[in-house]
Amino acid sequence: VSVIAVGPAVALAGAGFRRWSTYRQAAVAGVFVNTVFGVIKLSILLGVAKSAGGTVAGYDRASLSTYAWVSQGLIAVVMIFAWTELADRVRTGDIAVDLARPVDLQLAWLAADLGRAAWGLLSRALVPIAFGALVFGFHWPTDATALVLLPASIVLAVCVSFAMRFMVNLLAFWLTEIHGIVLLYMLLTGLLGGHLVPVQLFPDWLQTVAYATPFPAMMQSPIDLVTGQATGFDAAREVAAQLAWAVALLLLGRLVLARATRRLVVQGG
Amino acid sequence: VAEATTAKAYGALVRSRVAAQASYRTSFAIDLGSQLLLVVVEFAEVYVVFHQVHSLGGFDFGEVALMYGLAVCAFGLADLVVGHVDRLPYYVRTGTFDAFLLRPLSALGQLVTSDFALRRLGRVASSLVVLVAALSVVDIHWTPARAMLLVVTPLAGGVIFSAVFVATATIGFYVVEGMEFANAFTYGGNYLSSFPFTVFGTAIRRFFTFVIPAAFVAYLPTLALLGRPDPAGLPGWLPWCSPAVALLSAAAAGLAWRAGLRRYVGAGS
Repeated sequence: VSVIAVGPAVALAGAGFRRWSTYRQAAVAGVFVNTVFGVIKLSILLGVAKSAGGTVAGYDRASLSTYAWVSQGLIAVVMIFAWTELADRVRTGDIAVDLARPVDLQLAWLAADLGRAAWGLLSRALVPIAFGALVFGFHWPTDATALVLLPASIVLAVCVSFAMRFMVNLLAFWLTEIHGIVLLYMLLTGLLGGHLVPVQLFPDWLQTVAYATPFPAMMQSPIDLVTGQATGFDAAREVAAQLAWAVALLLLGRLVLARATRRLVVQGG
Repeated sequence: VAEATTAKAYGALVRSRVAAQASYRTSFAIDLGSQLLLVVVEFAEVYVVFHQVHSLGGFDFGEVALMYGLAVCAFGLADLVVGHVDRLPYYVRTGTFDAFLLRPLSALGQLVTSDFALRRLGRVASSLVVLVAALSVVDIHWTPARAMLLVVTPLAGGVIFSAVFVATATIGFYVVEGMEFANAFTYGGNYLSSFPFTVFGTAIRRFFTFVIPAAFVAYLPTLALLGRPDPAGLPGWLPWCSPAVALLSAAAAGLAWRAGLRRYVGAGS
């Protein structure tokens, strides 16, 4: 197993950051759209809280606002929308060039993705969260454990998301068109990850289904550390679960890549 | 005679798109399945909300399901016909749009027929299931006028969303990277039109009633079907005006398209 040295990894992350940071207009548009959706989502959730008599599943107005804005802010960081860059390279054959490079394919893309996430955090997450906090109120996290673990939780959320997207994209080795699969994947992330509605509001059976998948580790877990849904030992347990998902899914991705490249040799001759 | 030739040309274009999709059967089946599931996942949000409370903004599960069914059916129809016009910046960048301008067909007509994704019928079909189920539980005092309104509403809503798609796609004539702005009004309009407007603040409600007429897609027609006055005090005849609003929207979108096209100078590709 070839690993990746720290130097190249940092350089790749920096390149990922710089590459995405050239799209400034797109970032402004993205902040605007995230904010509009945040207002709609929060209005619906506040309507639910109002009908429920003020709080719902442990969320009051301030923590619902925090949930709505952190979940909107994390969209571009965790990248829960369509990402088919790798699949496109598989389809065009450019993936052969990537495989010939003297770095590990999966870890090189992960490093670049972490750089992209850092740009997403700066450009698309902070403004909607600040707007939401000023206009609708915010529950500032007070739990020391949750605060200390928050950065790790966000990085792990990106790693879990990347590991999943990596595998979804590799399906392009077997299917000509992965449009439908990517859409399906986005839907499951949106719902089971707790992006549309907090997982805590789900009926019990759907919560069980959600926590049997890696989706909450991409979105709900870091949000829980901010809203105070997870504090102390619970917070540590959520981050440990994220770590386990990240490691397991990255390893699984390597297996899928090995199978896929064997196929590439057969086809490419 | 000229019109017959034009119609034949568009017919040939649409047929070629359909034939292209039919040649990748597995991908098409997965795409269609994803579109069906899209509705299941989106509707899960409504289901989760009503698992927590019995009413949202003064409307019960059946009534909100009715709004949801109308909104998704309208959006599905619009998405099927014009949903891909947001690819305009891509066509501008690659020079395809300049080729459109040289052919003896309207540029908008060619853009619209450049893709005709039959998979989107999946969304329309599953929205009809929600609609029928909602109608069977909602208490409506049926009159000929209301029956007529029910039939016309998804079509009027489809025209309204189509107009929003086309009008916001013209952003692509002015800024190359700013297309994401359009999502706030197209997908944002779809998101909010599935819910009772009583949960939204005054500014949002007015904007999505009088500027982007999303309220006329589902919420206001539902008030008319239920025979309920608007809690925000809009006049009683307004909920019946969706067809007229649809015509106005289409005219406005046509003007916006022409204005954008006049300003278009190409990307130099």
